[in-house]
Amino acid sequence: MSDDRNGKLIIIFIIALLVLNYPLISLVDKKTLIAGIPGLYLYLFLVWAGIIVAIRQIVRSKNN
Amino acid sequence: MSLSLVIACSLIYVSLLFLIAWRVDKRADRGASVVSNPYVYALSLAVYCTAWTFFGSVGRAASGGLIFLGVYLGPTLLAPIWYMLLHKMILICKHQRITSIADFISSRYGKSTSLGVLVTVFIVLGIVPYISIQLRAVTFGINTLTHFGQNAPANTAVPIWLDAGFWVTIAMAAFAVVFGARKLDPNERHEGLVAAIAFESIVKLLAFILVGAYVTFGIFNGFEDIFQRALANARTADLLTFQSANVTPFAWNMLMMLSLFAVMLLPRQFHISVVENTSTRHIAKAMWVFPLYLLLINIFVLPVALAGKMLFDANIHPDTFVLSLPLLKGAHWFALAAFIGGFSAATSMVVVEATALSIMFSNHIVLPLLIKMRLFGQGKDLVDGASRLLDIRRISILLMLILAYLYQKSVTNASDLVSVGLISFTAAAQLAPAVIGGLYWKRATKQGAMSGLLSGFIIWAYCLPLPGMAQAGLIPDAFVREGLFGISWLKPYELFGFNGVDSISHGAFWSLLVNTWTYAIVSINTRSSTLNLTQADLFVDIHKYIDGQERDVVRRQAKISDLRTILNRFLGELRAAALFREYETQSNTSLKDTKTAEADFINFVETHLAGAVGAASARLVIDRVTKEEPVTIEEVMRLLQQTREALEYSRLVEEKNTELKALTLRLTSANEQLKNLDRLKADFITTVTHELRTPVTSIKSLSKIILDYHSEIDETKRNEYLQILVSESERISRLINQVLDIEKIESGAGLNQLEPLDLSHTVQLAVKGMQQQFSDKAVACLMQVPEYPVLIQGDRDKIIQVIVNLLSNALKFAPDTGGQVSISLQTDASEAVLKVTDNGPGIPKEALEFIFERFTQLQSPERGKPHGSGLGLFITKMIVTQHQGSITAGSEPGKHTCFEVRLPLLENQ
Repeated sequence: MSDDRNGKLIIIFIIALLVLNYPLISLVDKKTLIAGIPGLYLYLFLVWAGIIVAIRQIVRSKNN
Repeated sequence: MSLSLVIACSLIYVSLLFLIAWRVDKRADRGASVVSNPYVYALSLAVYCTAWTFFGSVGRAASGGLIFLGVYLGPTLLAPIWYMLLHKMILICKHQRITSIADFISSRYGKSTSLGVLVTVFIVLGIVPYISIQLRAVTFGINTLTHFGQNAPANTAVPIWLDAGFWVTIAMAAFAVVFGARKLDPNERHEGLVAAIAFESIVKLLAFILVGAYVTFGIFNGFEDIFQRALANARTADLLTFQSANVTPFAWNMLMMLSLFAVMLLPRQFHISVVENTSTRHIAKAMWVFPLYLLLINIFVLPVALAGKMLFDANIHPDTFVLSLPLLKGAHWFALAAFIGGFSAATSMVVVEATALSIMFSNHIVLPLLIKMRLFGQGKDLVDGASRLLDIRRISILLMLILAYLYQKSVTNASDLVSVGLISFTAAAQLAPAVIGGLYWKRATKQGAMSGLLSGFIIWAYCLPLPGMAQAGLIPDAFVREGLFGISWLKPYELFGFNGVDSISHGAFWSLLVNTWTYAIVSINTRSSTLNLTQADLFVDIHKYIDGQERDVVRRQAKISDLRTILNRFLGELRAAALFREYETQSNTSLKDTKTAEADFINFVETHLAGAVGAASARLVIDRVTKEEPVTIEEVMRLLQQTREALEYSRLVEEKNTELKALTLRLTSANEQLKNLDRLKADFITTVTHELRTPVTSIKSLSKIILDYHSEIDETKRNEYLQILVSESERISRLINQVLDIEKIESGAGLNQLEPLDLSHTVQLAVKGMQQQFSDKAVACLMQVPEYPVLIQGDRDKIIQVIVNLLSNALKFAPDTGGQVSISLQTDASEAVLKVTDNGPGIPKEALEFIFERFTQLQSPERGKPHGSGLGLFITKMIVTQHQGSITAGSEPGKHTCFEVRLPLLENQ
């Protein structure tokens, strides 16, 4: 476990904490469809996928 | 759909699970691990998704919109830091053979039995309802499948042997008993169980995606169609945003926080993620595969909920939408698949949770009780303790499931699936301060953990399950409406007047707040026991211990035969013998039964025993046979003494060293001085001989002239020569006198005779004697002496010598024209001050320090080497020093030179 990797993961945690929270959520919390999908639904799933990809990149970088 | 078909499918599915678990276990017995794989690990973590996810999320979405996502975003949020937490927890648990979350907490806080009991009791109370909703979900599912479109039968009217839920419970109990307590494994690894759970995770994911896709693309025309129609429908439009679904930021954050803690601390999660982990290397992959799983299983939740809301009226319970939507369209196989998915979600949760709870229950409540009552671990059950332990484990599993079933029967329809689940989440979250604090905060004490947990659980019980029970009519509900004892700020849903939030957020907020504060404040204000301190150090700095050796503060002793008996009893003779061999090879010792065991071996036995019965119980059992040698006062004193002596010694050495340094320094300087003296002596002799040779040469040559030519030399010439002879002889005798003086003074011969002496008179006398020389050289002599007598104690001749020396010196350096020498005498408080000043060329600064040394003769470019032996000032200084006085010289080159003699006054002596 390198400190470098832990540092990156902690930063991901903090970013995730901020983007999954208000006030950002209130920006997308509107009754409109974006490409046929509700804004909030789309936003939460995109953020979710983003976190997964970020973690994957960080934990993979060390294995190589 | 007929009941028999549903039952048959369920039974086939359960048999499949048995088959998988059985085969994997068989392979594991042969040493081939199937589950040691990061994907299996990640999939088994998905035991987090229960029947609640499967049925309840849709129900929750049907009333609260996207709020249900908080339960799955919490674990995703945790994932990056979970990597570190989990890594540390696994290392600790492998090292300490910790097998449950109660064991973890009890171990961390000094292997405390009471803490283990406390955690177990509250967790069992908190989690059993959670198990019961799984059973209820399955019963619910069966009823929906078999009675869709009819009136559901009244639940209570059915006798127990006709109740599908009962048989479901039995099937699950059988699975848990067979695979969760198959054998006594010191690591509590259940490979077959894990494999079955991973399989079930795939089943439930595929089933939900299948049904979700059917609803979205089969019943509706894709996402866009569903969402557009939902937006247009008054019953569903409000579910699309937080604001319209009345989700507050507070509730959203509390929900994420609760699930973040729950995914770490729920007994089944701890069991799968920590205890069943086969390698810490699997964590990295699981940290993104698990959130990905959660994402996939949640994609269709909102569409299904919206579809259900749009197609059904209020009669159909939203929790059953997953089943009733396919049934509505006649797609029975889809409904059956959905049921199998939900069933698998329920089974995996129930089986793992029951196993985890039974480990806690038997290790922390049953065993300590039996050991304390001396019903277990004593002589008579020597034969097969291991199988008795397994029996206890199996009975515990049955007990948990019976409790859950009874709860399900008695508290029917109290609340929906999600609320019950969240109450359990809140209970598990109460462990967070003690666990996370225990991992990073050494100062945390057992009392802190105990009071934190206790206060958290009390507030949790008061704010969440008790009002629920009151509303179900089980206990009087006055305290809910009016507050306890009629005190309004004690209302369980508006504690301390905090209102306007949902009951879960409210209860979670207060219980966690009070829990954390109590934990911190009590920890700071209490002291740890030695064992607590060692364990705290071990948990916080686990990396330090992974390679190194443990150090025991308290030394224990036990007979090896006793330890062997214990291991035989708890682990069986085979394993015990294997452990003995392992230790013998590992430490290169032989373990004879007659010998006394080393502390090291006792630790070894205790750690392995802890794997079977938990740390606290293992401690209790080992305590039975060990004599603890508490560190005696004498021992401590001896240790202290040793330390003190060592310190003392090093201080002495240092002192000696300093002394030595000083001595060396002194020696060096003495040596230097000696060398100097030696050089001086040599110089002295050279100078003296040289000084003697000059007059002797002139005496010799003049005498020879007079002798050879005495007839030819006239009278005046002869007289002149004889005059020179006399003065040269005088010069020789003066030099010899001075040398003798020095010798006399240096050899320590004192002054002749000290007598009261009037210094002003002496000065006048000396100046008078020098008058002739001054006028010969035409140098003015100015004298300033006081009228009154200046009395000192001194040797008259010597003092006169000092004054004459200084005056002749001044005279010597005064310029030939306009030369001036002044002599003055003053007194200050204690001393007579005699100053002799000339207006000669002065002395260069660098020469000032040498002038009082012998044979110092100042050379100047203009005047060359002056007359004199270079001994005058040296003798002067010696005489002054003998009189306890001091002499200094000051000069301004080119202007004047001043010698100042200070002699103590008589009245001060």
